[in-house]
Amino acid sequence: MQSQSQPQTQSRKLMLTIAGILLLLWTILTIVPLYWMLVGSLQDSAASASFRPAMIPEALSLAPYERFFAKTAAWRWLFNSLLVSSVLTVTNVFFASLAGYAFAKLKFPGSNAIFWILLSTMMIPAQVTLIPLYILMVNTLQLQDTYTAIILPTAVSVGNIFLMKQYMSSLPTSLIHAARIDACGEFRIFWRVILPLAKPGLAVLAIFTFVASWNEFFWPFLITSSTDMRTIQVGLASFVFAESTDFGAMMAGATIGALPMMILFFSLQRYFLQGITIGAVKG
Amino acid sequence: MQTTASPKRTSSGSGRFLREYGWAYLFILAPVLLFLVFTLYPVASAFVMSFQQYQVMGSTWIGLDNYKHMIGDDVFWKSIRNTVIFTIATVPVNILITFVLAYLIFQMKNKAQTFFKATLYLPAVASGVTISVVWLAIFDPTDSGLLNRFLGLLGIDPVIWLGQSGTALFSLILMNWLGSHGAGIILYLASMGGVPKSLYEAADIDHASGWTKFARITWPLLKPTTLYLLVTGIITSFQVFISVYLMTQGGPNFATTTIAYLIYQTAFQFYEFGLASAQSFVLALLIVIVSVLQFKAFSSDVEY
Repeated sequence: MQSQSQPQTQSRKLMLTIAGILLLLWTILTIVPLYWMLVGSLQDSAASASFRPAMIPEALSLAPYERFFAKTAAWRWLFNSLLVSSVLTVTNVFFASLAGYAFAKLKFPGSNAIFWILLSTMMIPAQVTLIPLYILMVNTLQLQDTYTAIILPTAVSVGNIFLMKQYMSSLPTSLIHAARIDACGEFRIFWRVILPLAKPGLAVLAIFTFVASWNEFFWPFLITSSTDMRTIQVGLASFVFAESTDFGAMMAGATIGALPMMILFFSLQRYFLQGITIGAVKG
Repeated sequence: MQTTASPKRTSSGSGRFLREYGWAYLFILAPVLLFLVFTLYPVASAFVMSFQQYQVMGSTWIGLDNYKHMIGDDVFWKSIRNTVIFTIATVPVNILITFVLAYLIFQMKNKAQTFFKATLYLPAVASGVTISVVWLAIFDPTDSGLLNRFLGLLGIDPVIWLGQSGTALFSLILMNWLGSHGAGIILYLASMGGVPKSLYEAADIDHASGWTKFARITWPLLKPTTLYLLVTGIITSFQVFISVYLMTQGGPNFATTTIAYLIYQTAFQFYEFGLASAQSFVLALLIVIVSVLQFKAFSSDVEY
């Protein structure tokens, strides 16, 4: 027995090493574009339009960033993105947890039907609703170039309600009963009992909503026409069309668009990696 | 399942109904209102619009003309073809890559698992715009572009990746393969961790080969995750837009015009809102078909 198990552990070690090397190679492949962006943004490309950065830079320079901020309203765009994403995070967390709680714990006539109707709208592609939504916002409500127009349609998403319903279902119902016996109002129960219990779920929801809102492109792109109302993603896209010859500034802009979310990812990694499995299918 | 709110009061009629259920309806009021205004109304409006020639000061009814025009339009069929090719080329390959990576990571120790999960997930937090801008630079047609530099090392001449119809769609597919598979990996890992060890031990007693264990235990038990990734992957790639808009504008010669990009062009460059609505319902139909097929697949899975 012993003589048999030794080559087995050895071959297992070999397999693990090969697996590790394969993984490392693919990981490098995945990271190379981001590395290329970063080194591209840190080498001064002003000399000529055909300049392309070296993979291992000889000298670092912040000149591309200076040019990107000088040529664009990037500070304003960053502010817009921060404002829009923050408001969307608050509204989504509040309204999705409120509705998720109602669907999970309060029985009321029509709750199942309403929930399934809401859920089925997730199948409808955005392209179907965009045109009437655009006409409604721009022609009827005259809300073009306003924060309201950017925020309102996604103030609470059905996907988030679904996640919160799943999450709230796992909370103990007995606590709600106890609170009712203490004659707490329904909203007080939600605010004082449910929300504190649901904190881990709310944190995950907040993080993913913030990142998704920050990265959103299409709707803010459609509904804004003035330079000052663009989000950073929309602004970056417009910059790429206008200044496609300034390689360094383009990479600087791309970095600016992604860096805040990467910093967020590294500081809240645990929430990101665990949060993905909340509400997903059980395997 | 759960008991309803305090049934102490004996008063009858709407007052009692409101007291008992009023809060619940209030709690779901915001999403229901948003649904009515920003989903239901637009869908109905788009449907009506697809039978109209849209004008700001009152549209004219033109029956099926938009649909007829759409069916007779070569670019429309090309966009369907491109979208289907893109989807078939990306989704299954991505799932395979995701599965292999997750399987390899699963063999690792805890710390290595976290490292690979985090690093492979990282590109997913970068926006579609950022990723597209970076790949625009990677596909740079000169010999100093990153991909062409790499080909140069192998002695291959520079390729005009995005600028010729033969390689443009493939370039977008390649970019998709090398994107982040982090979310799928994490889902697979969670499912792999949930497979009971006793199944493998029982298989070991029967001297089952590694392949048998994989085909009879691992793969079937991970099927729900695979199906989930398949369906969400298909729906996402049916709607691919940002990379097309930023990198190729649908060209050259409509080689990368996807259905989502065509709808955008029809609506917001040519302002043919009626025709664009008709096109968008074709996209919706495709997505509904895929979703229904998914439910079928899931229910047959339960029987198995």
